[in-house]
Amino acid sequence: MKLTDFDIYSNLMKEKSGLVLTEDKVYMLESRLNPIAKKWGYNSLETMTIALQGVPDKNLVTDIVEAMMTSETSFFRDIHPFDTFKDDLLGYMREARGRNKKLRIWCAAASSGQEPYSLSMMLKEAEENTPGWNYEILATDISRDILDQARSGLYTQYEVQRGLPIRFLLKYFTQIEAQKWQINQDIKNNIKFQQFNLLDPMADLGTFDFIFCRNVLSYFDKHDKNAVLNRIVQRLAPDGYLILGQDEGVEGFCDALVSLPDHEDVFVSKDHPHIKDNKQSSARSSTQPLKPTTTDSVSSNRFSFSSQKNSKTKS
Amino acid sequence: MKCLVVDDSRVVRKVTQRIVKDIGFECHEAEDGQKAYDYCKKSMPDAILLDWNMPVMSGVEFLEKVREIKGGDKPKIVFCTTENDVGHIQRAIDAGADEYIMKPFDNEILESKFKIIGLTS
Repeated sequence: MKLTDFDIYSNLMKEKSGLVLTEDKVYMLESRLNPIAKKWGYNSLETMTIALQGVPDKNLVTDIVEAMMTSETSFFRDIHPFDTFKDDLLGYMREARGRNKKLRIWCAAASSGQEPYSLSMMLKEAEENTPGWNYEILATDISRDILDQARSGLYTQYEVQRGLPIRFLLKYFTQIEAQKWQINQDIKNNIKFQQFNLLDPMADLGTFDFIFCRNVLSYFDKHDKNAVLNRIVQRLAPDGYLILGQDEGVEGFCDALVSLPDHEDVFVSKDHPHIKDNKQSSARSSTQPLKPTTTDSVSSNRFSFSSQKNSKTKS
Repeated sequence: MKCLVVDDSRVVRKVTQRIVKDIGFECHEAEDGQKAYDYCKKSMPDAILLDWNMPVMSGVEFLEKVREIKGGDKPKIVFCTTENDVGHIQRAIDAGADEYIMKPFDNEILESKFKIIGLTS
């Protein structure tokens, strides 16, 4: 791809989605846009690029933006944020919301649905110990196609094996073909899927107790990251938790939040009760590299809820 | 940490061992359930990756037998098999498997399963 062509797509993505494309993404750009060119009847990517320089069809622009926004995901991706949510954050929040017994969660870049479904399964497990709660998950993404996929709840054999415990596969999925699995309706029920561009106004979305916005902000430039982050913070309840991707800090962008001492990817207000509590349960470092545990510390299944700390009380 | 790879396919054993070694495990291999059982009686590994269909002794027979011997409750046992239906998965879990991988698999799947059962952090 010529540099001038790359610039055309780079400018288009920046304008429509805030996504900053660096030149090392040229191969990814070609691999994702060639199918779009074929779909629209262009005989090459170069021909489609020429068409973009005139007055392009709005739907073509949408297809291009959505193809480039599709991101890598898996069930319980990185595991640690989900460990933190289950073992530490959920307990605090349920104590704070004990009166209404209602929690709202926003997955701001839901992609093909693995993140909101992972949370929904986790909450279903928690519900078995402490029933009577109402959990609402809003799952948004800029891409209509990827949200349709998420809404369907259909996953390949490969997808259900990445990060998903086999016990959850048996419990929350139905095998509909040899290599196709469908997530069960009771896991879908509390999730609302909605197309949403993070550059758009957010006030209509309401307020959330947890916002998961992982592996998105690092694709924005400083200006957009600052704008998006500060508007996201306005959607966060005063005692809510913002969970970002690894190495996606708020420093220099948002003075209102600080990271939790034990969890560098979780952000709260400076006077959050979680910060004040000196008796936080220790948790695994999110930056620990993959390595075998020692023989003595081989734990039981980390997804077990039998020993969860989310019923802990503050002293 | 020691891992035993049990599979009647030499190619699968070789590929699997490479992934497991990359994670940081010391790796050993057995070509059927009986050889794996004999190995475990002498030295119990921390993890076992287990095929289902093998000559002499199948994976599920091995699993049921090894869980009965002294120290046999210790290793984390993960099935790695082409059997991908709910019936087989349920039977494996009932027999004492900790996790289940449906072939084909890659390093990302294996690493994520090891994380799930606490073999890696």
